[in-house]
Amino acid sequence: MRATCWLGKKHVEVRNVPDPGIVNPRDAVVRITSTAICGSDLHLYNGFVPTMQRGDVLGHEFMGEVVEVGPEVHDLKPGDRVVVPFPIACGHCNMCEKELFSLCENSNPNAWMAAKLWGFSPCGIFGYSHMLGGYPGGQAEFARVPFADVGPLKVPESLSDEQALFLSDILPTGYMAAEQCGIEPGDIVAVWGCGPVGQFAIVSAYLLGAERVIAIDRVPYRLQVARERAGAETLNYEEVNVYEALQEMTGGRGPDACIDAVGMEAHAPGLYGAYDRAKQAAMMETDRPIVLREAIMCCRTGGTVSVAGVYGGFIDKFPIGAFMNKALTLKTGQTHVHRYMRPLLDRIERGEIDPTFIVTHRRPLDAAPEMYDTFMHKQDECLKVVLKP
Amino acid sequence: MARHIEYGEYGQPRGARAPAEQLATGLGWFSIGLGLAEMAAPGTMARLIGVRERGATRRVLQAYGAREIATGLAILQSEPGAQWLWARVGGDVMDIATLMPTLNDAGSDRTRVLTAIGSVAGVTALDAFCAMQLSQSRGRDAARRGSRTNAVHVRKAFTINRQPDVVYSFWRKLENLPRFMRHLESVDVIDDRRSHWKATAPAGLRVEWDAEIVEERPNERLSWRSLEGATVPNRGTVSFRPAPGARGTELRVDLEYSVPGGRFTALLGKLFGEEPEQQVADDLRRLKQLLEAGEIARSAGSTSHRQPAQPAPDLLREQVKSEGVRR
Repeated sequence: MRATCWLGKKHVEVRNVPDPGIVNPRDAVVRITSTAICGSDLHLYNGFVPTMQRGDVLGHEFMGEVVEVGPEVHDLKPGDRVVVPFPIACGHCNMCEKELFSLCENSNPNAWMAAKLWGFSPCGIFGYSHMLGGYPGGQAEFARVPFADVGPLKVPESLSDEQALFLSDILPTGYMAAEQCGIEPGDIVAVWGCGPVGQFAIVSAYLLGAERVIAIDRVPYRLQVARERAGAETLNYEEVNVYEALQEMTGGRGPDACIDAVGMEAHAPGLYGAYDRAKQAAMMETDRPIVLREAIMCCRTGGTVSVAGVYGGFIDKFPIGAFMNKALTLKTGQTHVHRYMRPLLDRIERGEIDPTFIVTHRRPLDAAPEMYDTFMHKQDECLKVVLKP
Repeated sequence: MARHIEYGEYGQPRGARAPAEQLATGLGWFSIGLGLAEMAAPGTMARLIGVRERGATRRVLQAYGAREIATGLAILQSEPGAQWLWARVGGDVMDIATLMPTLNDAGSDRTRVLTAIGSVAGVTALDAFCAMQLSQSRGRDAARRGSRTNAVHVRKAFTINRQPDVVYSFWRKLENLPRFMRHLESVDVIDDRRSHWKATAPAGLRVEWDAEIVEERPNERLSWRSLEGATVPNRGTVSFRPAPGARGTELRVDLEYSVPGGRFTALLGKLFGEEPEQQVADDLRRLKQLLEAGEIARSAGSTSHRQPAQPAPDLLREQVKSEGVRR
């Protein structure tokens, strides 16, 4: 089959690789009809995630048709149209029983690697490094889906691929980021990052009752989408001082909740950004925590900082003083996608959410290398790429 | 850890001392003697070695004397280490380096200085020889001791989301062990207490042994040990305790085994990725996967599963039925 393979930093190719098959009794094989490039794939592309190996198949946002199921998969059959959550979860461990699916204790065969870095391992993830399982990803024609009796959600024929595809990751991720804010009536939520997750976080914050949502980015077309499609007020951090602007906009209180939808590769203007870039390049920190620091500084006393952006290692100058003395709450985690897929599908069916507004590029799978580059450089007003194998 | 007899260089029990150690003792006393002379009579010593007697010379000689005494005492400790002999070699080099410039000093007696340099060079050779001998015999000693006593001891705890009786029954059916213990090929039950084990060892070797259960408290605790004649003598205990708040079972494993070659084999194993702690952790993680998820997680690139323990799902289903595993 054709598959998008990681070959090194800023180097992906669509190559022929062996077709996947059933390995375990609870597996299914899915023929992929739509798949997308995620912002977190760019962390792999840019070489910031350790334990990637040459030839690894990328992609963790995908949907398609079931073509084969293992003997223990009883509620799926060949021909079913499904969307697949990016975290792989067994459904039976203590974490899965608490619906903390991204913390599944049984789905990462290389758990020891993650445990070395983080103390314990989260779940396995499709196409996201060997320390998170070494599972081939879904930017391909087919994918093997473990624990298929737990993860994949059947998609009704009434919904298009583009309406359902983002249930695999970014819609639940934006939603969980907003849910973690514990939004109360009158709350103002600030969202750093107007990529796809940021856009869905804005939409979700409104759905969950936010009074106002303020979005922060520097890319004009992304700010425009946040304003016009997601309904946020916007700040361009290259034009204004974010802290002062937020003070002004919130009557001096600060946002009640702050969402970091950026993660480890944040940018900042001038010397401040250069500082973390230099430290990261010299391997004195693995992640650039620019947004995290700013969110903690800007958040009102007693507020919540919700982190949806991906971090991997160690950071420098975490403002623990502000965090502690302002009695902030920090909430984070890989998304427990399984928990949100069904309710969000219902919302899509009822027309409460239209996730298709973020799609800017629709291309055949073979265009993946070019699209990684376009997405990375934010060229051609690229916000979300959907690939058709 | 078992008690052991310590063996000296040629296999004699300690007390019959090896030549290198006798030499070391000699050099230790020599060091102290020379040091005392340098400290007490720096003037006489200076004249003896032919250098001009000045305030600075006296102070240098006294300082060097202190160094000699310290090194000598260190060597004479009950178990002289090669490092102190190497320290002597370093001191000798220092002596020579200090003597060389005095050769052209106006007040020096060239012949005496040359003699002194020659003597120090001779002692240097002796020190170096002794240090090398000691280093080698220490290595051999450790290897010998290792093969007798350096047991590998591993403890590991995992929580499994199944009731203790389920986890216990699964483990007690010893034939199940190779399904999650990667290095086990098979366990054949001989009778109620005894069983025959086959396992793979590093470098493609195979080992077999008989084991017996020495303690059995259903749903709580199980202990076993290998019987006489095992290549890799081992013992183990596994305990099953209900985890608080209906979280299943806290499984604690305590294993000990002696590998031929002792610490060195263990170290070599580590270099090749055979870290005992890691192995046991991986094995228990697979057990957890089997009992909770019904299968062992595998991916195309799972590094810990180059030789995966086979999930054998049919066997598990049978187990699940007979033991009433909640699914």
